[in-house]
Amino acid sequence: MAEQKKKSLWQEFTKGIVRENPVLRLVLGCCATLAVTTAAGNAIGMGLATTFVLVCSNAVISLLRNVIPDKVRIPAFITVIAGFVTVVQLFIKAFSPELDSALGVFLPLIVVNCIILGRAEMFASKNKVLPSIVDGLGMGVGFTAAMLCMGIIRELLGAGTVFGLPILSGFMEPIIIFLLPPGGFFVFGMLVALAGKLSKEGKAPESTGCSGCPLAASCSKVQNEESCGKTQTEEAAKS
Amino acid sequence: MTVEVIKGLVAIFLAAILTENYVLNKFLGICPFLGVSKKLNTAVGMSCAVTVVMVIATAVTWPLYTYLLVPNELDYLQTIVFILVIAALVQLLETILRKYMPPLYNSLGIYLPLITTNCAVLGVTMLVLEKGHGYVPALVNAFGSGVGFLVAMVLFAGVRERLEDCDIPETFRGLPITLVAASLVALSFLGFNGIVDGLL
Repeated sequence: MAEQKKKSLWQEFTKGIVRENPVLRLVLGCCATLAVTTAAGNAIGMGLATTFVLVCSNAVISLLRNVIPDKVRIPAFITVIAGFVTVVQLFIKAFSPELDSALGVFLPLIVVNCIILGRAEMFASKNKVLPSIVDGLGMGVGFTAAMLCMGIIRELLGAGTVFGLPILSGFMEPIIIFLLPPGGFFVFGMLVALAGKLSKEGKAPESTGCSGCPLAASCSKVQNEESCGKTQTEEAAKS
Repeated sequence: MTVEVIKGLVAIFLAAILTENYVLNKFLGICPFLGVSKKLNTAVGMSCAVTVVMVIATAVTWPLYTYLLVPNELDYLQTIVFILVIAALVQLLETILRKYMPPLYNSLGIYLPLITTNCAVLGVTMLVLEKGHGYVPALVNAFGSGVGFLVAMVLFAGVRERLEDCDIPETFRGLPITLVAASLVALSFLGFNGIVDGLL
């Protein structure tokens, strides 16, 4: 029994890293992923900050899951998350002002990172404290790993360094475009394609991770509107 | 004097649309950019709703921060206060639209719940304060950012409609090709660099 429990907790942890990697498979929180991965160090800093908020907010929301009324749960979750983001913000400002200025506005924007609200809604509000913490930890590690991967690629190609250490100096000129916004979109597209190819389904996700988003209900309304013509013709063909 | 002021405002407006485009240059609001840009009409609807919320949110948060939080040394509460104000505003706007303007609600209302957690709105209200703009320039900046969002969404919706007819390699179908297309659109926006400095 205990062994089985341990095993399921381990699965909870690893699913966030590989099978349901929040960045490459669920495609959540892409704003932060694209914006701060110009250097590997920034990517790790952002990843760790997000992981901390994710674990803490998952724990607190799981503890409060029977207290928070269903109707106001989203504002309640956002308040809890914003509280922890403020803690991280003050902590980083005090101990690493360079990281604070490198991450800039994206540090407070962790509040609206859909990974955190998504996990609160999909997992923490329905599960006990320990699985919620493990889930947050797994998702956070998966997020950090994917960010680090992108950070290393972009820094290596764009500046010829990794973590500030010169690696490519002398071999080739750095390709600065990889540090600019187009390079971010491009590397992200390539990584999502690669992750899709290596996954079980063998293909990349169709769109951004709506299933993990707490606002999926209203979003699917919008998306249905988009494909409205299509479904109508399909229905007509069926009948 | 007034000419100078107007010139400054025009420069802020154009910069927000072209050189500091929130989606293509600052990576804010990527989720709606990728998720709701398949068809032109939904892209326009979403962007209009975002623009309205951006301007109203800035109009409320700017005085709140400058006259309430800073004098009381509460500026570290910025994140919590702003996100709650935006959430409340969006809810209020939705209720008002549903009650008094049903046609507008039907065309824009469905996008409103999505906007609460849209990082572009929170990002605009915070970046405006970081830049140290006054009240009117801040509003102009918010409006320009919304229009910039609209321009990016409409352009990209056009690109995506063309993509649907293309024969894409299997590995790249779905999201990857969308991201690569976004990369090319962002590349074209890099061409605007320096255009605003030339104006002044």
